[in-house]
Amino acid sequence: MTAPILRVEDLHVRFSMSGGSLFGSSRHMLHAVNGVTFSLAKGECLSIVGESGCGKTTTALTILGLQQPTEGTISYRGQPFTGPNAPTRMQRAKAVQMVFQDPYASLNPRQTVRKSLSAPLRLHGITAASEIEARIEVMLKNVGLTPEQANRYPHEFSGGQRQRIGIARALILEPEIVVLDEPVSALDLSIRAQIINLLLDLKEQLSLSYLMISHDLSVVEHMSDRVLVMYFGEVVESGGWQQIFQTPAHPYTRRLIAAIPNVDDRISTPPNPKSRDLIVLKNAEFGTDTRVTPDVFRPPSQSKLIEIAEQHWVRISSV
Amino acid sequence: MTQPLLDIRNLHLGLRLGRDLHPLLNDISFQIMPGEAYGLVGESGSGKSITSLAVMGLLRKPLSVSGGEIIFKDRNLLTLPKREMRRLRGKNVAMIFQEPMTALNPLSTVGRQIAEMFILHQGKNWREARRLAVDSLARVRVPNPERRVNDYPHQMSGGLRQRVMIAIALACDPDLLIADEPTTALDVTVQAEVLKLIKDLCAERQTAVLFISHDLGVIAAVCQRVGVMYAGCLVEENSTDRLFSDPQHPYTRGLLGALPRLGGRLENGRQRLVDIDSIITDRSILTKTRCIAPRIKEGSTP
Amino acid sequence: MRFGFNFWLGATLTALVIFAGILAPWIAPFDPVFNADLMNSELPPDATFWFGTDAQGRDVLTRTLYGAQISLTVGIVSQLINSLIGVTLGMTGGYWGGWWDDLVSGLTNVMLAIPSLIFALAVLAVLGPGLPSLLIALGLTNWSWTCRVARSSTLSLKSQGYVQAAKILGYGDMRIMFTQILPNMMGPILVMATLGMGSAVLSEAALSFIGLGIQPPSPSWGSMLTDARQLIQLAPWIAVFPGLAIFLTVLGFNLLGDGLRDSLDPHMRTRKP
Repeated sequence: MTAPILRVEDLHVRFSMSGGSLFGSSRHMLHAVNGVTFSLAKGECLSIVGESGCGKTTTALTILGLQQPTEGTISYRGQPFTGPNAPTRMQRAKAVQMVFQDPYASLNPRQTVRKSLSAPLRLHGITAASEIEARIEVMLKNVGLTPEQANRYPHEFSGGQRQRIGIARALILEPEIVVLDEPVSALDLSIRAQIINLLLDLKEQLSLSYLMISHDLSVVEHMSDRVLVMYFGEVVESGGWQQIFQTPAHPYTRRLIAAIPNVDDRISTPPNPKSRDLIVLKNAEFGTDTRVTPDVFRPPSQSKLIEIAEQHWVRISSV
Repeated sequence: MTQPLLDIRNLHLGLRLGRDLHPLLNDISFQIMPGEAYGLVGESGSGKSITSLAVMGLLRKPLSVSGGEIIFKDRNLLTLPKREMRRLRGKNVAMIFQEPMTALNPLSTVGRQIAEMFILHQGKNWREARRLAVDSLARVRVPNPERRVNDYPHQMSGGLRQRVMIAIALACDPDLLIADEPTTALDVTVQAEVLKLIKDLCAERQTAVLFISHDLGVIAAVCQRVGVMYAGCLVEENSTDRLFSDPQHPYTRGLLGALPRLGGRLENGRQRLVDIDSIITDRSILTKTRCIAPRIKEGSTP
Repeated sequence: MRFGFNFWLGATLTALVIFAGILAPWIAPFDPVFNADLMNSELPPDATFWFGTDAQGRDVLTRTLYGAQISLTVGIVSQLINSLIGVTLGMTGGYWGGWWDDLVSGLTNVMLAIPSLIFALAVLAVLGPGLPSLLIALGLTNWSWTCRVARSSTLSLKSQGYVQAAKILGYGDMRIMFTQILPNMMGPILVMATLGMGSAVLSEAALSFIGLGIQPPSPSWGSMLTDARQLIQLAPWIAVFPGLAIFLTVLGFNLLGDGLRDSLDPHMRTRKP
């Protein structure tokens, strides 16, 4: 494996929620992200999975600089991405970009495609009209659109085409890392395949690194190299995609996989059920009962990650 | 062979603007047997939700039915007087939606909203209705039903709210439950629980279900038979097992190949997903021929 | 975009007033101020003086046409000032949040609590009467609703994907506000400004009527009404025509604003596929 280009170490994000009653106010700390550590290698697709409120989106926002971490560090190619020496928005833009979930809200309705793509280039110092034209043309071809479509406004495109424009905008500055926030979940069924194929092609072609946020495990299995399972702000399991899908160890990961309604269940028995229980850990060792909702206003209970196979980590209770 | 509970015959429906009628549903026919769970699957704009609105009698102008019949228990719902239709809704046909928060009254406790169904349709008094409401919450597996009846909708999570919606819908033991994407807004683990609940409760009481979803997996988990809708046409219909193991229509095959399946990569490695547009180059020809020609029907009765 | 009947009626009325104001020097039969001729005072409408004459014998038609210049100047300039203040405060407050937003919201609420005409009176009392003072007074008093609309639009636009995307692409805050947020809230702001022009014309008339606005002998509709006050029974035409001009102008602006709102609001739009 190549050296990581992005490292996230012991990331904590806490929000202070001032709330309370008529009689005096109280300040709660909402623990959104608790001690998340991971790294992303060049050309790799790392997926963070989990349900709403698990902290996966907050983690991504800190990498994009849209959210300040409370504790912990993020570094990109050895340079700090957080703290006093953090890069400016302009510097960060060339390293990390993002593809949004909702293709209808992610494009400015008053800007043509050309304007959406040329403005960032101009902002970053590319002013020669011929070069801008050339780069827009190449990018539109890359995402499966024609250069003639550049003069149109977003409302003239379908959902799938809009998502292609969103991808083009994310790639126009040639970033190394792209955050994919549920990139296909708002799209129609027949369009999803096209966008998934496109994302995988672009990753090969431009050797991009993806950080994908998703709750759709079938898409995650299809696209990822490594998977991080988050549950209430903590990473409960991480590993290669085979490890997570073939030999899931944490009860929450297993529950998540079992919950996916699958067409195959109707056709045949689920493939190879015995392989899913290779690692036998007693339920008690996990400490947290994933059927009881943890209190997000309390610091998490004592626990640690242990390595049960090469690069396959599981969180167990350390009390 | 028993009488079908719901028999939709050659339903045509369109958007009427002035003198023009823009067709939205084209010759839809399918039947649901008593106690059967029937799934309608399709993409947005395929007409699956409009079909359910037509059954509920909730079509509003400029939508209008231009032909066909909807027979429910020997009565044509399309010609039923409004009063009768109102009585039918809630009592015989109930519906649950994607977003329970918009369907629940935010200013009233959930217990009151369930109790109202018993008062309205069964003539119960307030005290009795309230007791039944607690029972209903217990039946949809809401923990602490005695305490939860006094909750307002905003105090509940999305999963609990959908359970309350199901409790309201099933309060009067309807013959048919229409579920329009009831789990799309929920997390996967909550979705699995809600789906199991719908399946169990309906099997227990022999309630028929018309289940509408874009998610093939969800349909497979709940339904015995499935109809695939595309651009206002029912292009294929079969028992769930046969439809997914041996799809006949190119669109159905395309849909099944277009989605990554859990476990698929472990078995076969990463396969390129099927692009429906590359199979079906001219979509208009597809619907034209399929709507006029007899569509692919189930080979054998389930 | 489709416009309804209200919009076209409003646009026609407004266009008439604008043409009247611009073309007054050419189409008005007399001079608005120096045509005083006491021999002709208080003549009822006839073939020479279509709208009659006032107490000083000046042609009412001429003065009404010239009055459009003042009313339009007041309406447009004061609304420009209002929109500029309201949008600047509302957009920056909504976008940055924090103490600045608290300050803006607080100021807005204070402004809303003071009757705007009273506030304008106070400003005029300090600055003294006259057109420039009037523009400042009306421009400073009516920005609070615009500010509220701008702030709430900004709050909802701020969470849109394309604003987030702009941040990630390295856009600065100012650039985001001008290229991503402002163009997408121009619709409601324009509606507010158009409706505000109507009320500014009314306020001008009211302030001139009580003698704090446009000073005689300048032909403003409000001051014309003041002059006509004592003669209302003897020579009603002196009051009727400027009054009618105020009515039609305000009606025009209001219909125009309503029509704009209807056609910009997607909920009010009936779509044809």
